[in-house]
Amino acid sequence: MASEKTVETTGALGWIDQRFPLSSTIKGHLTQYYAPKNFNFWYFFGSLAMFVLVLQIVTGIFLVMHYKPDAAYAFQSVEYIMREVPGGWFVRYMHSTGASMFFVVVYLHMTRALIYGSYRKPRELIWIFGVGIFLCLMAEAFFGYLLPWGQMSYWGAQVIVNLFSAIPFIGPELAIWIRGDYVVSDATLNRFFAFHVIAIPLVLLGLVAAHIVALHEVGSNNPDGIDIKDHKDKYGRPLDGIPFHPYYTVHDILGLAGFLIIFMAIVFFAPEMGGYFLEYNNFVPADPLKTPLHIAPVWYFTPFYSMLRATTSDFTWVLAASAIIGAALTFLRCKGLAKFAWPIALVIVAVLLRTIDAKFWGVVAMGGAVVLLFFLPWLDHSPVRSIRYRPGWHKTLYAIFFINFIVLGYLGTQAPTDAFNLMSQIGTMIYLAFFLLMPIWTVKGAFKPVPDRVVFHAH
Amino acid sequence: MIKKLLSVIALTVACVTAQAAGGSYPLDKAPNRLTDQAALQHGAKTFVNYCLNCHAATSMRYNKLRDIGLTDTQIKENLLFTGEKVGDLMKIAMTSADAKAWFGAPPPDLSVIARAKSVNAGPPGGDYIYTYMRTFYRDTTKPTGWNNLAYPNAGMPHVLWERQGPREYTSVVVHQVTKNGQKQWERATSVYGPEGYWTTTTEPMPNYTGKATSGHGFKALDRDRSMAYDNEMANLAAFMTWMAEPVQQKRKQIGIWVLFFLGIFFVVAWRLNASYWKHIK
Repeated sequence: MASEKTVETTGALGWIDQRFPLSSTIKGHLTQYYAPKNFNFWYFFGSLAMFVLVLQIVTGIFLVMHYKPDAAYAFQSVEYIMREVPGGWFVRYMHSTGASMFFVVVYLHMTRALIYGSYRKPRELIWIFGVGIFLCLMAEAFFGYLLPWGQMSYWGAQVIVNLFSAIPFIGPELAIWIRGDYVVSDATLNRFFAFHVIAIPLVLLGLVAAHIVALHEVGSNNPDGIDIKDHKDKYGRPLDGIPFHPYYTVHDILGLAGFLIIFMAIVFFAPEMGGYFLEYNNFVPADPLKTPLHIAPVWYFTPFYSMLRATTSDFTWVLAASAIIGAALTFLRCKGLAKFAWPIALVIVAVLLRTIDAKFWGVVAMGGAVVLLFFLPWLDHSPVRSIRYRPGWHKTLYAIFFINFIVLGYLGTQAPTDAFNLMSQIGTMIYLAFFLLMPIWTVKGAFKPVPDRVVFHAH
Repeated sequence: MIKKLLSVIALTVACVTAQAAGGSYPLDKAPNRLTDQAALQHGAKTFVNYCLNCHAATSMRYNKLRDIGLTDTQIKENLLFTGEKVGDLMKIAMTSADAKAWFGAPPPDLSVIARAKSVNAGPPGGDYIYTYMRTFYRDTTKPTGWNNLAYPNAGMPHVLWERQGPREYTSVVVHQVTKNGQKQWERATSVYGPEGYWTTTTEPMPNYTGKATSGHGFKALDRDRSMAYDNEMANLAAFMTWMAEPVQQKRKQIGIWVLFFLGIFFVVAWRLNASYWKHIK
């Protein structure tokens, strides 16, 4: 017989610990996982995202018990849940509010990462898993939005799937393959249901696990963007670190209490949130023969939707010119192979921008705006992580970026006009320039001295 | 560059305000009678008697009307006419295919119409129903003989016209016309009589400097009937708002308790957090 593992625990717990790393997991991830003690308001949103994920899964399970993924019954079955299933309305409102609040929480979580440089070395993989989670979340929201089978569900799906038909050569067949029909239909509803309840949630959970494992491997960043592991006591514990449990568990419970007050106020008093969380048009059953006058996605997609609409044929001239300028810049600044590879690639992009239909580039702009985030750890060359120690004008740039993102979001909810279109084009350029010019602007300016130890004021 | 940006912003503001000013017919505010059971019951009676012949409400069961204070017996005696059971859904005999052939488009299901007709960050659907039902006017050029201000060229005739009584509709439009190659302002006043025939008189406005406007007015020829009808429609709008989400009043009542509990929970969580963190220096 193999020698038994020696464990400190006794009794039932000892029995388990000999066979399963229970105590050591609790220690490693909770009671002896040291997190910086200077977390602020922004650090609530990670645990809140986790809470909303669980809420969506649990409410989702109950909704699936009563929902019928069939074009003839889907709309009716949602109303059945709202009226006849005991507590069904509560579960459904939690799920619909949860979808929007998931994005609120995740956008704030990402903002935190941006302003404190949480994506910088050694946390690149945490960030990459995180962007993967964001992508999954968008897919999950998109697939789920078709299920109530209202007019906006139907035509939103129609518009987004049609985007794929803009891809050269394979596009039209690809769109049919995705829909399983020539238009969005029962076949589409069934497969979107499968993606929404099985495929995407599985990937999402895997990515969330990877996100947390990676985080606990390298430890959390903090508002000062400095490493707490540089100063340890004689037991090897970071001087500025405190055990996650109990300090941050009680802290996060407080955050959760505040969040729940807002969340439940929406669920009970404004579940439609003025038509932005539950769109009024979606109370009209899907009608393939009646196209709504104004099709807009739900608010959390609208910044990216604006970028899609901004990419007109005229605008590809601006993008192509930017690519040429980029080619010149990379030629001047890069060394070695990159000195030629980047300029050539960018010139090819510039040519393609004017040869392929603008609709395709709209799709690329929309997708690219998200994919760009994956490269953030390598775009930011700033010597400090946190915005606290960056030059003042960096803060202005960040402020412009965030305001611009909100403006793009607003424009995406509105019917297009010439002025709005020009504004979204300017907004798209600001968004792209903010990230793509990072290698240049993030190293410039007078950085403030970074403190040795975290800045902390006792509560 | 800055100037250009500023002009874009100025233009945006101008557009938004123009949108807000223009657009569709301004909706009248429906009185809020969601907590008035008598009004809701009266609305239910109007709905079942008049609407529920061409329109269905297939998400709604008759016995759900218990929630607005009706008993099964009352429902059976007053609202069921053709052998339905009290637990049945509010369906109609007309098939969708027939409806399409007869009306051009099947009349929409009304279960959630009050929610569907709400406007983003704007008036609730009840206001639309209240206005729509009260802005019909006789117009002999339309197939049904009726037209509507809230929903121009509506496919539905004014089913309840007898309850509203005869009315005269006057539209006053101030607009620019080209006469002898010159643009000039004029006011066109059209009066639609109770039979649907109309007369239009125009008068030039040489000194006018404002914008194009349009105004509408109704004159009830039977004032008592018209006022009773307004009241009836307010009840109908309230009922349909209730029907779109029967749980809405209960939801708010529960919500107050939930928030009360969460408020206490927040205080407990706050003090718990503080007692742990007081040791962290």
